[in-house]
Amino acid sequence: MEKEEPLSQLTGKTWDDSAVRCRKVPQNIPVVSKDKNSPTHGHVSEDDTQPSNGSYTQDSASHHHYVSPSKVLLVLVVGLSFSTRLYKIKEPPHVCWDETHFGKMGSYYINRTFFFDVHPPLGKMLIGLAGYMTGYNGTFPFIKPGDKYEHHNYWGMRGFCAVLGSFLPVFAYLIVLELSHSHTAALITATLLIFDTGCITITQYILLDPILMFFIMAAVLSMVKFKQQRYRPFAASWWLWLVLTGMSLAGALGVKFVGLFVILLVGLNTAADLWRILGDLSLSLVDFGKHFLARVLGLILLPLFLYVTIFTVHFAVLNKSGPGDGFFSSAFQSRLIGNNLHNASMPEYLAYGSTITMKNLRIAGGYLHSHWHLYPEGVGAKQQQITAYLHKDYNNLWLVHRPNKTQSGSPDLVRHGDLIRLEHKETTRNLHSHVHEAPLTKKHHQVTGYGINGTGDANDLWQVEVCGGHKGDLVKVLRSKVRLRHRATGCVLFSSGKILPKWGWEQEEVTCSPYIKETPSSQWNIEDHFNPKLPNISISILKPNFLEVLVESHIVMIRGNSGLKPKNSEMNSKPWHWPINYQGLRFSGVNDTEYRVYLLGNPVVWWTHLFSLALYLLMVSVASLAIQRGLPLAAKRVEHARVLKSGGGLLLLGWLLHYVPFYTMSRILYYHHYFPAMLFNSMLTGITLDILLKSADLLLRPPYCDWLFRFGLMVLLLAVLYSFYLFHPLSYGMMGPLSHEPGSSMAGLKWLASWEF
Amino acid sequence: MLQLPLVVTAHIDVLLLVLSALSLWTRLSHLSSPRAVVFDEVYYGQFVSLYMKRVFFVDDSGPVLGHMILALGAYLGGFDGNFAWNRIGAEYPSGVCVWSLRLIPAICGALCVPLGYLLTLELHCSHLSALGAAVLLLLENSLIVQSRFMLLESVLIFFLLLALYSYLRFHNGVHSPTLRYAWLLLCGVCCGAAVGVKYTGVFSYLLLLGVASLHTWNLIGDRTVSHVSHRMFQRINKVLTNQRRADSCVCMCVQLSVCVQCVCRAVCLLLVPVLLYVFWFYIHLSLLKHSGPHDQLMSPAFQSSLQGGLSRITRGQPMEVAYGSQVTLRSSASQPMPCWLNSHRANYPIRYENGRGSSHQQQVACSPSKDVNNWWIIKDPHRRGLTVDRPPRPVRHGDVIQLVHGTTSRLLNSHDVAAPISPQAQEVSGFVDFNVSMTAQDLWRLDIANREAESESWKSISSEIRLIHVNTSAGLKLSGSALPAWGFHLMEVVAEKHFRADAVSFFWTVEEHRYWTTEGPAGADGGSQLEDKQTHRSVSFWTKFTELQRKMLTVKQEETEHKYSSTPLEWITMETNIAYWMDKSSNAQIHLIGNPVSWGVANLSLLAYHIIVSVYLVRRRRGFRDLTEAAWQHFVCVGCVCVGGWMMNVLPFLLMEKTLFLYHYLPALTHLHLLTPALLEHTHNHLLSSLTHQRALRVCAAVALLLILCSYWFFSPLTYGCPELSANQLQVLRWRNSWDFLLRRQ
Repeated sequence: MEKEEPLSQLTGKTWDDSAVRCRKVPQNIPVVSKDKNSPTHGHVSEDDTQPSNGSYTQDSASHHHYVSPSKVLLVLVVGLSFSTRLYKIKEPPHVCWDETHFGKMGSYYINRTFFFDVHPPLGKMLIGLAGYMTGYNGTFPFIKPGDKYEHHNYWGMRGFCAVLGSFLPVFAYLIVLELSHSHTAALITATLLIFDTGCITITQYILLDPILMFFIMAAVLSMVKFKQQRYRPFAASWWLWLVLTGMSLAGALGVKFVGLFVILLVGLNTAADLWRILGDLSLSLVDFGKHFLARVLGLILLPLFLYVTIFTVHFAVLNKSGPGDGFFSSAFQSRLIGNNLHNASMPEYLAYGSTITMKNLRIAGGYLHSHWHLYPEGVGAKQQQITAYLHKDYNNLWLVHRPNKTQSGSPDLVRHGDLIRLEHKETTRNLHSHVHEAPLTKKHHQVTGYGINGTGDANDLWQVEVCGGHKGDLVKVLRSKVRLRHRATGCVLFSSGKILPKWGWEQEEVTCSPYIKETPSSQWNIEDHFNPKLPNISISILKPNFLEVLVESHIVMIRGNSGLKPKNSEMNSKPWHWPINYQGLRFSGVNDTEYRVYLLGNPVVWWTHLFSLALYLLMVSVASLAIQRGLPLAAKRVEHARVLKSGGGLLLLGWLLHYVPFYTMSRILYYHHYFPAMLFNSMLTGITLDILLKSADLLLRPPYCDWLFRFGLMVLLLAVLYSFYLFHPLSYGMMGPLSHEPGSSMAGLKWLASWEF
Repeated sequence: MLQLPLVVTAHIDVLLLVLSALSLWTRLSHLSSPRAVVFDEVYYGQFVSLYMKRVFFVDDSGPVLGHMILALGAYLGGFDGNFAWNRIGAEYPSGVCVWSLRLIPAICGALCVPLGYLLTLELHCSHLSALGAAVLLLLENSLIVQSRFMLLESVLIFFLLLALYSYLRFHNGVHSPTLRYAWLLLCGVCCGAAVGVKYTGVFSYLLLLGVASLHTWNLIGDRTVSHVSHRMFQRINKVLTNQRRADSCVCMCVQLSVCVQCVCRAVCLLLVPVLLYVFWFYIHLSLLKHSGPHDQLMSPAFQSSLQGGLSRITRGQPMEVAYGSQVTLRSSASQPMPCWLNSHRANYPIRYENGRGSSHQQQVACSPSKDVNNWWIIKDPHRRGLTVDRPPRPVRHGDVIQLVHGTTSRLLNSHDVAAPISPQAQEVSGFVDFNVSMTAQDLWRLDIANREAESESWKSISSEIRLIHVNTSAGLKLSGSALPAWGFHLMEVVAEKHFRADAVSFFWTVEEHRYWTTEGPAGADGGSQLEDKQTHRSVSFWTKFTELQRKMLTVKQEETEHKYSSTPLEWITMETNIAYWMDKSSNAQIHLIGNPVSWGVANLSLLAYHIIVSVYLVRRRRGFRDLTEAAWQHFVCVGCVCVGGWMMNVLPFLLMEKTLFLYHYLPALTHLHLLTPALLEHTHNHLLSSLTHQRALRVCAAVALLLILCSYWFFSPLTYGCPELSANQLQVLRWRNSWDFLLRRQ
């Protein structure tokens, strides 16, 4: 009695499921076999209506569970959604917030200039394409927020984002309809999204978020549709939705890495689906293998192929040197037209007296760098900092000297095993190391800049070693992997990749590692090489193949992403702020004379979301308890419980996957990161409130409970509309005094002191 | 009633006794050698000393019970707290009873071995498996090292194992409900204790909660149990009246209704641990009465509840700030160093290093030291005088005031000039009239943030205030940057227009407060005639608890890498060791290093379990029942406890950004050692059908045990710190290149 174990729970659950599923089968079809999922003809004709083609059969019309989208409602949703998003799309006619980044990157695509960004390229490519198609020529510099666009054609890019953003309420409507088979639930969801000021604002500007959310919602919609096709596997529509799911996943991941969360959601769902098919003993293992392979093809290989294609296009389009070069290896840079390594010409072998830059060979390794700043008190010896820096800069230049100061006339070549002294050109300090703990990697020694005008001490001597070389080998520029071994302590110059704190200008740490290992972190190559006394020779570098480029750019992106640490300002937003709509983001304008746009969710909508989240948990636990205890329930309640558990469960999982991971992230976070999660939350709200209102008959007798249902619905819709009327200036722009002053258009609406409008 | 003859029947598990004895011997022998501070003893020791002196401290690394347990050992050994814990390797003076400091962790560590034995039995494994599990724990060098010093992991592991054991006793129990729920209560107590020792105990607690809620869920689904039963009471009455039916207890435990059982479980597993956790803090706060080194981290209200320190200064000072009051203003944002609003006879440089100009008026900054320049006088802008009326006129929320600097008589001023370090904010200065058409803008509106009424008066210590500049509506703020040498490296103070309601850097508190009335001084220097004089402030326990808890969770110590720190993935393969101690003159040394053979065995069995369970799952899904239902349940249960416990204790660390050490892995390792014998038993009974194979397995297990014994013996010089090893012997022991052993140069 007391010894129930997980499995009995599991089996119990499948039985419940089957019971529910049996109930779905219409009365006139006798349930013949025990296997519920076998694609018998009866099931196919009964259960599958094709909402997309709009024609529904007599059977399904009589069957109240399956509802195809009502055309009137759908048209209404589409119309409202597009009109709210496209209204005042050109306002304000200046750069707002992150448009300065993404607009600029769109321009880079039009100009074909290489740049570096922490996000994958699809979103910016689409923005660039939209701009290109609408006659923007890529000349606007997007220097800082607030710059006037003047004659430049910016509306095309904004309009593109807004159009994609307008699909969100439509997709949400269709998803909820599919999951709950209830027009009311779908309508509630669509209303909440259409009239949410936050959702409007974030989709009206040149940002990645509308594109990302479009793909996320498209992926969820096609996944849900695909699930509905399960009674006719391998049919054309089955394949269609599978392929659409895969394409949307690739799109989501191609815009931002946040797309991984929706991939996880689809992945978990697919795994559960496969597990169900595996348990269906009427299917042979070969059938299971087919199902499995189809999903591998549609949900793994196809997205992967598309994702790689995106990068192929990215690298093919961007072929000119630009601001992002320094983040990449020397070999990579040689691909870019205009880079000094493109068809480079320089002295071939390293010589004494040369001016050089050294780049670390780990992926996304920086240039050996120094500047006029000392290590602070308490961090080793208080000498000049040596760092690794990702940008090209004159502070990356070093002079190669012999150990003793005498400069011989003719430039001798440096050989493997030679002792050299590296002098920082700008500050005339020598590269120096000694037995002190390095600032971050405590197991390594500190590296400093020491001495004046090139005179230092014995700790400034480094032995040049070419990896795989022998004594006397020459050091090839660009092609040799060089290791610098400290003469006195025997450690090697090492770039740990860790970011120094503020005192080190957030550049990367350089240490001297006593552990001699063949790692790229301790290998450097000589990238620039100037020596007036030697002839320049054209050097062709081994061009990297596409796979190497792909891997390298990903590692650079991931590094860049984790490098975005919050600064010590109070502006950083915490994940718990988001669902309670604690604080928004200023998109444009600060003072009362400026045109102000403030990204903030409609508080009535957002707090309804929060409330329904709690309500959902309560309702689903009551329902599960009732079922687990075996209480006799009416068929309607069982259906409600099923919708809550499976449909709501899917949405709750989506919400959790798009929200919880932010708690573990150490990078800087913004309010707008919550919007994908908010979409899931609003769909959950639709389902929850619908079922809550439909359960009114628990309280009242039949005629009155319908009245209560309608009344509740009206109150909800009116409240949303009225609050939208109140808060719409947040999205469509405010002028005049700030809200805490009387006479403002938002007077009295600053409900939380933390809102800044 | 007594039944005669009086017979006592005792079942003694000799195996258990022998194991306990061996375990005590391995953990307790030569406990006081080395007589020197070993590794983190240097860290925990300072808190033990503070307990002995009953001085308040804040430790953000863990909750309070662990420190208290260590302090108890010290207290019993008569340690007086007079030892400077300044470095690892320092010799203990002769007066310190070293073994008493280390006794409690060692005993807890020793008890883990018999607990492992009992736990394996409770998992329905054979005595042989239980013996195996106990031997694995017994011969684990890392567990031995960690138990033998004044460290907390062994205490944590002890509570975790005891919690699991008592839960399984409850779950498997066929006793009367009273006894079963006594076990559950013990489980709750252990959970509370484990979380109280180290926050990492939460992971295992969550696992236990998960298992318990699954069991409860199944109980709810059990339709033979009534919802809310009246029959239960009838049964109890029947039992009480009818003593003969002793076996009716079994019947009754079925009849306990679902509601009652659920409530009991919730109380034991949720309420009891939470209450206990709070209770540890209650003891902590009632023990530590005196002010100490960490006072400054706490709010003035908290500080004034401690004896000595701030309370000595603030005792007897007037409560309500009045016009004419002399105050020091402490910034609420200055963590970890406190600082007070300060001005001094030096002006801002006319030009800064980067070429920007300043107002050249007197500097205002935030000073981390208490000095006479921190005093400010509250002035009514409409009056000339600086004295306090009789009766004093309190300053209220919304009042406009001026602040006069005590030693220089400059007025606190702000204007539209960029601040020295943060140019986006306004400069704050002591106003000097240079006759350059810069008029004084020295009016400030008082904004009491934690007011209860709109006309609330300004109270010293308790009111958190903002000063809003009247002309520009900017708030006085601690910017967080330090001024350069011309500003004596004080903290920069600015005025900023856009502030959030909760931005703590805008908050200031009056700390010291005194005033002179027209008749003479009042406040700290005497002035007993004032009625609102505050006597001893009492702060409720809840206020103190929440503040302390928040401080412990939010105070961030600087994240630096330690020489011996490691990452979770390195633990699994034991990539790094930790040097704990080295003798001053010889090569004798102690390292935290596990038994390599048993780690390997544990990892193998972890892998094997995963493979076996996935094969079983897929085959079951396809309708092949390889195991009987009972055997399958048993197999899943073993997995939940051992593999689940391992995962819960490893995976969260992967997401953490803290500096981590090998000893964080020990709770997970303990779970893993319980898995190996159970898995072997399962393989032996269910997977191997032929007798030869079974025999081969037995031989393999025996050989593995022998190897484990050997490697324990091999590494024991590094575990116990004796005998001394030569350089060559150390080289032989260095099985991995990444291990760091120390060598003294001859």
